Parts: sequence; structure tokens; C-alpha cells
Amino acid sequence: MAEPKAFHHALTILEEVCIGCTHCIQACPTEALRVKEGKARLIDNRCIDCGKCMQVCPVNAIIIEQDDFEDIFKYPVRVALVPSVLIGQFPRHYPTRKIYSGILEQGFTHVYEAEHGASLLIQKINELIADPNRQKPVISSFCPATVRLIQVRFPSLVDNIMLLKAPLDLAAISFKKELLERGHKEHEIGIFYVTPCASKIAAIKSPVGQSHSPISGVINLDTIFNKVYRSFKKEEKNSCIVPEKEQLREEEMTWSLTGGESRYIHGRSLAIDGRTNSIDFLEQIENGTATNFDFIEVRACDESCAGGILTTANRFLTSERLHERRQKYQQDKTDGKLFDNKTIDKHAEYVLEHVNIEKVEPRSMLKLDEDMESAMRKMQRIRKINSYLPGIDCGACGTPSCRSLAEDIVQGKGHTSNCIFVQHALNKPGDKPSRADNIWGEDRFNELLD
Amino acid sequence: MDFSFDIQGGDFMQAGSASSEVKKILKQLNLPPEIIKRIAVAMYEAEVNVVAHAQRGTMVVNIDSEKVHLKLIDEGPGIPDINQAMEEGYSTASEAVRQMGFGAGMGLPNIKRNADKLEIDSKVGVGTTVEITTFLK
Repeated sequence: MAEPKAFHHALTILEEVCIGCTHCIQACPTEALRVKEGKARLIDNRCIDCGKCMQVCPVNAIIIEQDDFEDIFKYPVRVALVPSVLIGQFPRHYPTRKIYSGILEQGFTHVYEAEHGASLLIQKINELIADPNRQKPVISSFCPATVRLIQVRFPSLVDNIMLLKAPLDLAAISFKKELLERGHKEHEIGIFYVTPCASKIAAIKSPVGQSHSPISGVINLDTIFNKVYRSFKKEEKNSCIVPEKEQLREEEMTWSLTGGESRYIHGRSLAIDGRTNSIDFLEQIENGTATNFDFIEVRACDESCAGGILTTANRFLTSERLHERRQKYQQDKTDGKLFDNKTIDKHAEYVLEHVNIEKVEPRSMLKLDEDMESAMRKMQRIRKINSYLPGIDCGACGTPSCRSLAEDIVQGKGHTSNCIFVQHALNKPGDKPSRADNIWGEDRFNELLD
Repeated sequence: MDFSFDIQGGDFMQAGSASSEVKKILKQLNLPPEIIKRIAVAMYEAEVNVVAHAQRGTMVVNIDSEKVHLKLIDEGPGIPDINQAMEEGYSTASEAVRQMGFGAGMGLPNIKRNADKLEIDSKVGVGTTVEITTFLK
């Protein structure tokens, strides 16, 4: 049975820029890239949209496709749904309000922070944790790259994923509801999410466990940052549009940072960030060695969304700024200077009706065949072919490792002669040591021919 | 289909590496995720037991369309009283080993819970053989 082709990937390889250098294929945590005809190619159903490839590309040939900024003007009501890490991109002397009025200057009619709703989620997650029949540990669904990583590499853990929407969906649902109540028509409202990464785009364009997203379009965080920061630098005479005064709660301000969720969850919880760390820890959960956890927060990027691939500022400085904002909130609270007039609280009941997502389906990328006996035959061939390959994992054949070349060969997607070492061994004239022998030793090539 | 992995006694850094390899194989063979999870837990416990107690050991994995059969053969102290070792909480691990997070006395009971069939054969002073069978149908 063929995998359904329903994976929207925002990551796009620019063919005319790609030099086929193989950096990306070796960095990809799900072996979702190959080099063919001198260009990197993405294997759709393996890619989890984590953006590692984009980070390592030496010529910037991998970009994140976004909606055309001018699209926002198709709507009379234009909402910028912004992640709190956006503030962290700006130098500290720019206050939050200035940044938000800078966004409005770009043509939006409203700015709304994407973490509104996290406080509602805390309550829902704690209800899940309290359920004794619930599969533990509950793994957060916050990071779309993590959800996809589990689907393709850890299919046995899909039932651990909490089936709740992320704050950004809840924020969009509640703000849309608010605008409708204020008398705007559904078709007049355009909600544009300003994304710090590729996986959020994939989650909006082809959501897992929900049929559609209330979000109309996506703008990359660096695009917005560049526009706004430039306007500050040019000291354009701002008309000083004042954003609606609505504050995130303290727990929402740092929700997207590492530990942002786990800090508020009852029971034993842990926060993991970074791709390699995530994979290591998911292995442990699968082996049953990390046991007795109630909740695990797993984020693909180092320092979570502060390290999103579309961020421009240093992740640690971003994180620091958000923590300072939280401390200021706590101080204001103590001083009685807070207005707690959250739109989302008004619509809490409505939002909570829409908080659940459907079951997340596994889609293993590792399986060699649907049928176990065919898979066994393929595995035997792979082992045999692999034993002939040099084990250098040089990537020159266009696959990430010798093992993956062996797998591609057996799946009919590659050929033994793609290996430059095999070619060299076959073409070697006479017994005279070659230059390659000086590097790798003569035996290595003789072994290939045995 | 057979696979064989060596296990080094006393090397906790390497504990679990054989299990990881086997787990990958099971995923490639497209075994149902629930079954893989049970095997992974049983196999890991058994591998750590060898690392914790024996000088060296081997894990032999045999897979066919009916079952996954794991056989862990070690050269080690052996188990004097298998019934006692099967009790939850019974452990001979030293304080140092317990501090590393091992030796809680849940190993064998945990293997039993996650196996369809568990056979243990042991000779004191010679070694232990643990066989774990999981049926696929």
C-alpha cells in the first residue's frame, strides 16, 4: 500500500542554488534527503520539517516558503498572530508595545500573541495526567516537528502524544470568535501566523489530527522582523498605532521556551530540547528505561522556539528577554498594576470545546515492506550488500550512509556502482597502489572486490 | 533470521546498545508497534542483567513469521534461587549499582510481564541462559 501523499513541506530546495554537496543529507535526523543528478531531493513522507537541513546548507539553497505578504491585504481585518519569541529578536531597548505598533504599521489591523491559551491548556494537561488509565508519560504535542518525529521514528509512542491543540490554534480560535462577536464577517478575517520555524507551517497547512486550521496564512518571522526593524532604523515617522492592551500571563510568556510547559505540570515531568537529545530520550522511553514520568516536553530546537530556524537573534538572549518579561509581570502583579482582561477567558468554554485533536497515526519510515516476510528477505539482502560497502559514510553516493545506500539498492532506488569506492576498486589498473590507497589503505579496496 | 550480539559485562556505558540494534531491526521488519515495545522492554532488562552480573555474554535473536526469540547466554555467577530472583524488589545489586539507577529488583519480573514465554536456566558459578519468546500471531 502506498503512503498517502499528504505532507505539506514548507522547506523548499532551490535547484538553481543547490550545489549537491551532501551536507544536508547527512544532517537530517530522518534520512529524508538524497542527492540525485547533483541536487538535493526531499523524500516527502520522511521529512518532519525540523529545518536541520536549512541550518547546515552552506549556500542557503534551502528556504522556507511562505505566503505572499501582500495576501494579508485581501482581508479587511488582518490579524498578526505572533509568537512571544518575536520580541526577543529585538534589542532590549525596544519595548514590547513599540514592537507591536511596528507590526501594525506594516498593515495589520490587530496583533495577538500566539501563547494566549496556554493557561487553558495547563488545566487540560493536568486533567490528562490525573487520569490513571492514561498511557504515561504523556508527551506534549506542542512542537509539530516532535509529533512528526514520533510518527516516523517512534511509532510505538504515538499513543503517548497528548491529543490537544497547541496554544497558537487556541489563540486563533478565540480571537476569531471575538472578531465575529464584534460584528466582522467570517470571510473578512485573515489570521496570519508569524512562524519561528518550518514545522509550524506544516502543522497549519497539513495538520496532524485535525481537519483544518483557523489560520489563513503564514509569514516567516525573519520577514516580519526585517520589515519592522528596518522601519525602526530608518526612524520612519510612525503614526504610533497603539496595540490593544492585552497581556499574556506569566506562564504563557515562557511557554515556548524549554521547560515552559513542564514547569506547570503536576507530577514528575521533564523538558528535552534539541533534535539529538529528543531522539535519545524517546529511545529511552521506548526501552522502558525512562519510567515513572507523567509528562515529557520534547522540542526539536535547542532552547526550543527561541532557537527556531527562522529566528535571527541569539537563542540565549531571546530566552533571557522573555524570562525578564515574566519577572516584570510578576512584579507588576505584586504592585497591583495588572489588567487581567483576556479575550480568551471570555471564550474559554468555546475554545475548550475545540481543544482536542484526533488520534495521531504512526507512519514508520523504517519499515522495509508492509509484509514481514518480504521485509525479512530485503533485510538479508541489505546486510549482505552493506558488508561489501566501505563503511566510510562519505555521502558521495548521494545517500546519508553506506547502510542507507544498501537500503536504497534493495528498494530499487540505487545501484552498487553509486559507491565511488566500489567504482575505484573495479577500475583500478594493475597492482600499483593508487593515491586513494595512500589515504584509505590498499586492503580496503581489495576487500570490496572479494 | 538470526542475529548475534556480544555483551560486555560491567560496561554500563554500552548497556542497551544491542537492544537498540535489535529494536531497529524489528521496526524495519514492520512488526506492530505494541509488540516492538514489549520486546524492547524485556530485551533491555535482560541485556542490563548480563552487564550487571556477568563477565560476558551473547544475545542471539531469531526471528521468523511466528515469533521473535531472544536467547541471552552469559558467563557469570549464575542465579542460586530462580524463584526468589523472580520476586519483585529482590535484588543482589550493590549500592553503587543502585545509585546508577539499576538494580531495583524489577528486572526479571518486568521481563516476565513483557514476554509470552520466559525460560531461565542457570548454573551457579558457570552462567545463566535467559530465553524470551514473543509470539507474533
